[in-house]
Amino acid sequence: MIKIEDLHKSLSGKKVLKGVNLSVNKGEILVLIGMSGYGKSVLLKHIARLFKPDRGRVLIDGTDIGPLNSRELTKVRSRLSFLFQGGALFESMSIFENVAFPLKEKLGLKKDEIRERVLKELDQVGLSGAEDKYPGQISGGMQKRAALARVLVWQPEIILFDEPTTGLDPIIGHAILQLIEELHRRMNFTGIIVTHELQRVFKIAQRAAMLHEGVIKAVGTPDEILSSDDPVVRQFINGDTEGPISYR
Amino acid sequence: MDFVRKLGASTLKHVSGMGLMTVFLVKTLVYALTPPFKVVSFIKQLRFIGAQSFFLIVLVGSFTGMVLALQGYYNLNRLGSVAFLGPLVALSIIKELGPVLAALMVTARAGSAITAEIGIMRITNQIDALEMMGLNPFRYLVVPALFAAVISMPLLTSIFDFVGIFGGYLVGVKMLGVESGTYLGEISNHLDVADLLEGIYKSVSFGVIIAWVSCYKGYYTGTSGFGAEGVSKATTQSVVLASAMILVWDYFMTALLF
Repeated sequence: MIKIEDLHKSLSGKKVLKGVNLSVNKGEILVLIGMSGYGKSVLLKHIARLFKPDRGRVLIDGTDIGPLNSRELTKVRSRLSFLFQGGALFESMSIFENVAFPLKEKLGLKKDEIRERVLKELDQVGLSGAEDKYPGQISGGMQKRAALARVLVWQPEIILFDEPTTGLDPIIGHAILQLIEELHRRMNFTGIIVTHELQRVFKIAQRAAMLHEGVIKAVGTPDEILSSDDPVVRQFINGDTEGPISYR
Repeated sequence: MDFVRKLGASTLKHVSGMGLMTVFLVKTLVYALTPPFKVVSFIKQLRFIGAQSFFLIVLVGSFTGMVLALQGYYNLNRLGSVAFLGPLVALSIIKELGPVLAALMVTARAGSAITAEIGIMRITNQIDALEMMGLNPFRYLVVPALFAAVISMPLLTSIFDFVGIFGGYLVGVKMLGVESGTYLGEISNHLDVADLLEGIYKSVSFGVIIAWVSCYKGYYTGTSGFGAEGVSKATTQSVVLASAMILVWDYFMTALLF
């Protein structure tokens, strides 16, 4: 469903991606791991075409999204959603308005239908009763869940999760992952999750890939990654300070 | 050799920056001329740029008129031409000080806030979120600001002109004893429709500059720094660039319209 071929990208003169090759099958969840600042979010943004590659291609169902014009891109993006690290909720809107926004502005649904769908999604993420609050009035965990509701209200085929549990306490983080797993079972979307929460996220993923120094260092089932002999993968999984990965 | 490399890099950066800014304006104008229009966003911006600048414009306009009358009276008195105090105040304000000072005030109050707001939306991925929904950020953020600034500026300038002339009247007539009939009569003798239009044309073009620069700097926040520092730098650059462009453009407009 998603195929990344020889993707290269430099940002501020620094080569971030140096030939990434990766494919994600329809309906599977792939976990993308790697050191902070090594380009995982940059890779996700290429799949959403928020970034254009210096070289290489991103194909969605065989279509290279690089050269698409804005109308064609809108069509591709209507199948795709992105859960940003900080939620990216519109701060001047209430939670209800945030979730309703794409339905109202893009799909032009009637008020009653919008209300029904928004309240259903908010209930699904455990935010019933918080619809009139503003993002600044709720906790980080609630903001993440509200952002998840806004992502789901589209009913997308592909969801890109950029560190969905970062900054949350273990219980809320776990609840969000359980929610993603449950929704995946129900909606069967294709997902890529960028995370550092290896043990918990590996339980809900079908495959995992490690991005290191601009290339995919390892890819396989979560068990294969956890039992990998590659010293780089091993050091990362174990969180060792000594090894081939220099963190300084 | 290092100096030449740095000079070349700096030149390239500035030229590409100017190109990007021009493309930004062209895109804004194209979206401004083609539907759909975001009426709610436009009304919000009109309220913010126009209505909420009202008291600042009244304050600055009245004191500008008052100080002009004070200065004008003492200087004209030396030449024995106090009768021309009214035209001096009115023409200075309507043709020059009204549009320019009103634009500088709106730049400082609203332009900076627009840059900061769009900049924060950029660094917190809210603009990316709009794009992911298949919605065009220009239509939601930039075009409404452009329309609001272009409509607000002539209105705010007219208010500035009115209170400025009235401020001059208070000082010249009520404080310094110039005849009321002389002050107002000489204004009507020396003021043409062309003078009024000059001020209006200028204020409309300043509205374009304010919306263009403040939205552009906010939209590309992060190119000169990241996070809060990036927003702060973008806001400063926005106010400085818009103010400088207003003053430079004012010269060319005056030379063209004279």
